[in-house]
Amino acid sequence: MTSILTCTFKNLHSTSKWALRFFIRPLSCSSQLQAAQAAQTKSKKTLTKANVRNIVVVDGVRIPFLLSGTLYKDLMPHDLARAALTGLLHRTNVPKEVVDYLIFGTVIQEVKTSNVAREAALGAGFSDKTPAHTVTMACISANQAMTTGVGLIASGQCDVVVAGGVELMSDIPIRHSRKMRKMMLDLNKAKTMGQRLSLISKFRLNFLAPELPAVAEFSTSETMGHSADRLAAAFAVSRLEQDEYALRSHSLAKKAQDEGLLSDVVPFKVPGKDTVTQDNGIRPSSLEQMAKLKPAFIKPYGTVTAANSSFLTDGASAMLIMAEDKALAMGYKPKAYLRDFVYVSQDPKDQLLLGPTYATPKVLEKAGLTMSDIDAFEFHEAFSGQILANFKAMDSDWFAQNYMGRKTKVGLPPLEKFNTWGGSLSLGHPFGATGCRLVMAAANRLQKDGGQYGLVAACAAGGQGHAMIVEAYPK
Amino acid sequence: MVASRAIGSLSRFTASRTLRSPGYICRYFTRSSTLLARAHVNYGVKGDVAVVRINSPNSKVNTLNKELQSEFVEVMNEIWANDQIRSAVLISSKPGCFIAGADINMIATCKTSQEVIQLSQEGQRTFEKLEKSTKPIVAAISGSCLGGGLELAISCQYRIATKDRKTVLGTPEVLLGILPGAGGTQRLPKMVGIPAAFDMMLTGRNIRADRAKKMGLVDQLVEPLGPGVKPPEERTIEYLEEIAVTFAKGLSDKKISPKRDKGLMEKLTSYATSIPFIRQQIYKKVEEKVQKQTKGLYPAPLQIIDVVKTGIEQGSDAGYLCESQKFGELAMTKESKALIGLYHGQVLCKKNKFGAPQKDVKNLAILGAGLMGAGIAQVSVDKGLKTILKDATVAGLGRGQQQVFKGLNDKVKKKALTSFERDSIFSKLTGQLDYHGFEKVDMVIEAVFEDLNLKHRVLKEVEAVIPQHCVFASNTSALPINEIAAVSKRPDKVIGMHYFSPVDKMQLLEIITTEKTSKDTTASAVTVGLKQGKVIIVVKDGPGFYTTRCLAPMMSEVIRILQEGTDPKKLDSLTTSFGFPVGAATLVDEVGVDVAKHVAEDLGKAFGERFGGGNLELLKQMVSKGFLGRKSGKGFYIYQEGVKSKNLNSDVDSILASLKMPPKSEVSSDEDIQYRLVTRFVNEAAMCLQEGILATPAEGDIGAVFGLGFPPCLGGPFRFVDLYGAQKIVDRLRKYEAVYGKQFTPCQLLIDHANSLKKFYQ
Repeated sequence: MTSILTCTFKNLHSTSKWALRFFIRPLSCSSQLQAAQAAQTKSKKTLTKANVRNIVVVDGVRIPFLLSGTLYKDLMPHDLARAALTGLLHRTNVPKEVVDYLIFGTVIQEVKTSNVAREAALGAGFSDKTPAHTVTMACISANQAMTTGVGLIASGQCDVVVAGGVELMSDIPIRHSRKMRKMMLDLNKAKTMGQRLSLISKFRLNFLAPELPAVAEFSTSETMGHSADRLAAAFAVSRLEQDEYALRSHSLAKKAQDEGLLSDVVPFKVPGKDTVTQDNGIRPSSLEQMAKLKPAFIKPYGTVTAANSSFLTDGASAMLIMAEDKALAMGYKPKAYLRDFVYVSQDPKDQLLLGPTYATPKVLEKAGLTMSDIDAFEFHEAFSGQILANFKAMDSDWFAQNYMGRKTKVGLPPLEKFNTWGGSLSLGHPFGATGCRLVMAAANRLQKDGGQYGLVAACAAGGQGHAMIVEAYPK
Repeated sequence: MVASRAIGSLSRFTASRTLRSPGYICRYFTRSSTLLARAHVNYGVKGDVAVVRINSPNSKVNTLNKELQSEFVEVMNEIWANDQIRSAVLISSKPGCFIAGADINMIATCKTSQEVIQLSQEGQRTFEKLEKSTKPIVAAISGSCLGGGLELAISCQYRIATKDRKTVLGTPEVLLGILPGAGGTQRLPKMVGIPAAFDMMLTGRNIRADRAKKMGLVDQLVEPLGPGVKPPEERTIEYLEEIAVTFAKGLSDKKISPKRDKGLMEKLTSYATSIPFIRQQIYKKVEEKVQKQTKGLYPAPLQIIDVVKTGIEQGSDAGYLCESQKFGELAMTKESKALIGLYHGQVLCKKNKFGAPQKDVKNLAILGAGLMGAGIAQVSVDKGLKTILKDATVAGLGRGQQQVFKGLNDKVKKKALTSFERDSIFSKLTGQLDYHGFEKVDMVIEAVFEDLNLKHRVLKEVEAVIPQHCVFASNTSALPINEIAAVSKRPDKVIGMHYFSPVDKMQLLEIITTEKTSKDTTASAVTVGLKQGKVIIVVKDGPGFYTTRCLAPMMSEVIRILQEGTDPKKLDSLTTSFGFPVGAATLVDEVGVDVAKHVAEDLGKAFGERFGGGNLELLKQMVSKGFLGRKSGKGFYIYQEGVKSKNLNSDVDSILASLKMPPKSEVSSDEDIQYRLVTRFVNEAAMCLQEGILATPAEGDIGAVFGLGFPPCLGGPFRFVDLYGAQKIVDRLRKYEAVYGKQFTPCQLLIDHANSLKKFYQ
């Protein structure tokens, strides 16, 4: 059925939109009424392409995202990743030996488990014959894990891939200073007592000063919050607007949590502690309370505060991706298709967090869709100011013409379709794990609300960005 | 608050309410008839904050000229009279410039010191009113805030500056031979402490915004913004204004204190300087240092110390009086006129008279990775030019690449660059041994060894691979360009670009055009030179062009003076005390004895007797013994790594002894020795102008001062003739001519000037 439709549409490609609609109607009459109504207004009925394997998300889970320094603080990253994998196995009942490959995203690496995907997979009981690798691309690491998996399936290398992401901000590698490291390494090589003593005699107290990792750009040495504050100022986003948006995120997240919509969350029994069942960063407050906070980065007059930024989070996510035929053969009812995706990058200084603005029109064009085709937007919320700045950039002809090489603006995503179950500001943002959460949120929202296309977009350190179209699997 | 937001959105910003921070009313009420639009200074009112915008018409910069000042006073009076206004913000509408300083011409047109004193006192009064204003005034600084601009800013109650590279604060008056004459000498020490104030005023250095914040010169920094829904510069200024308005409100509501928390070091310094004995020690130390550096040739620094001292020790009334008096005196000095002349010359030589070239130079190739080649490469990649550095050997190339890297890395150490910027700049440099990629090059600058045959070979090789439009520039200090161009297939594309060593430090670039060089080629060379940050003089081709040619007779005289028994140390001290930054003997060592010999031989052949005097045998023997100057470790002096004090190379004594000539007592006093050197220089410079090698005296002055270290306090050879008197110079020359003959015969142009009282600068 689908393939017939695709063929029809392939042939129609050059005809006008009107003709397209005209054709859809008679077609839809004969097929399921429900799907037809949704498809009526769409530029394309489906994004299935001839000669390209359809790739589906069977399901995806995440352990609850917790403020760093809370219940996960004594664990290691692979513990979290393992919990997510176990949750996924439990949720999908996929036989472990079917999985061809595992890919995880992570940002701040625990040096002991630098290929955290492999450690977690072994611990979760996957076959030791299943290879696994870890990718890193700042806040879009999990997205990179997913799209790597998509690539493996599309090229026919694999049929079943598990993609995920993990971040443990409760414990970060604090290193000895370079001088100290150098001395320790030299000591290791020193053969005689004399050599050792002469090395030790060079020791100075300042060697002991530790090196802390910072959420800062290497190229510009600017912390991300600082850049976000400047970005907000560049687009004249006020403090109040930012606080309002943050409040919206927390309120919507709370609502979604209370209504049990966050079905991707799986409980996690933390060793030696309680079982965690839900995210703990959702804190709807009041504008008055939020207004009291001092700016966190540009002092004393900046607009980015702790309340309108995403917080340091521990968490992990995992999802089961398959070739559609394989999933159907195994009797699965997939949740969504993973469709076109793009990666973009721009100036890491002044446009650090504008990835979604650049990625959104590009992925839409690639898929042949328009903004109005999208039923669910899931954007990564690094900062309120970043989301609002992206909105203003997307709504500006001047920006589109002068920086994006477009004739007209991208256009605003309608708020009623935007992050309606909360976002990184409220649910939390474990850097390496957020991507899968975004895709699952889009898929679950489409399932719940009956839409067809979802758009996932995110910005990342390094001035990079990503967007992907998620298409609901027909019911 | 809600109400005010409502009014705000109703009145103006319904559509774009979100663009402004809510909380204040954005009404620009113009009081219909009384408020006329002014040319330089205007203001609008935001809530109860007046925003004074400075924007001189038809100019890239704001300068404190008479009109601007009087408009500013009018505006401030209106603000003070208006009860609805409780505070003010001063801001420039020009990105990149707050106020670049007082109008130099305003001072130059004054005929007497009395007039200048009056100017100073007017400024003092205006700024005192600002300082005493009961309505707090916030200076919002973006771009250069120099001289009078800084004095204005430090009279305000609060300063907010944009933290970008264009924003610099400083008191450059000393570089023009004057002092901050509108209260700066009095306010600055109070604001940043005596030592820091002296440092600023005596060096004239530019202070970047972040440093200024640490010093207490500004109170807040605003980060520059990237693109938003309008151009970054525009939005940054707007943002600066928004922040400044918030602070102005805060100050008038007494929610923000203009007082600054001082750091421990600052507290200690201010405690120490409250002790009279320590203050006296500071004055003494600073005075000694200034004396040592200026040799008493520059009056301004000493006067600055004096004025600051008067203000601190005798109270501000005496201080202000002293400041205006000394300001008046200094403005009338020859030194100040010379320095101001140089300033104008420099501005002139930073402009491109030849227009834009048909094809912009984007890809550059440099042949020879020696000291010069690598230096040129460094200043090129630094400014974004893609540069190929080609050398004949891997070792030579490696040395050159290391030199470029070190040059850039030194900037990182000084925090002028980040390590990331260094890397990305360095990646613009391609080192190679072959002509790969030369087909895409827009300009080739050769900096190979000074040998005509080698240059010919290189020129032919390069012309075989470069595209049609590519310019071939030769970096030579003495070989005539037309001789180099003789083997070229396209002599219209051949030009001379004479850089000075070290290239990254020396500002001058001498561009040499032959009869055949096309105008577009010149335009290309000038454009590239300006991009490299150079001050450019364009001269005609001829042996030694302008700079080398002027230096040669002076060097010949140096040899003669040495032969007459003056030892190199004494000669050095005579020349430096005349104002040359480097002593004559040291200069030979720095340039290289072999190079000096080479040039002297070449030019001697070309010009004959006029370039004689000293016996070249001295240089020849030094070269044969391997005393090549600093590069070989021995010249007139001995150079050792890590040893600062220079010792005379005693092995040169025997050579000198063998060439000894009896001194002529009538022309061998210290002063005569100095003038023998300088008049030969000046005479040759005038000859260059007379022969049309030089187009203008201004270029001659700039070339001599920036390329050869001619004493800046004299303003260059031509300014020197004007200020010292052409007749006196001619008289001196005649006196020496009587003893030594033709080498001192004054040129016709000088004689004409002496006879007609004509001046090079009107």
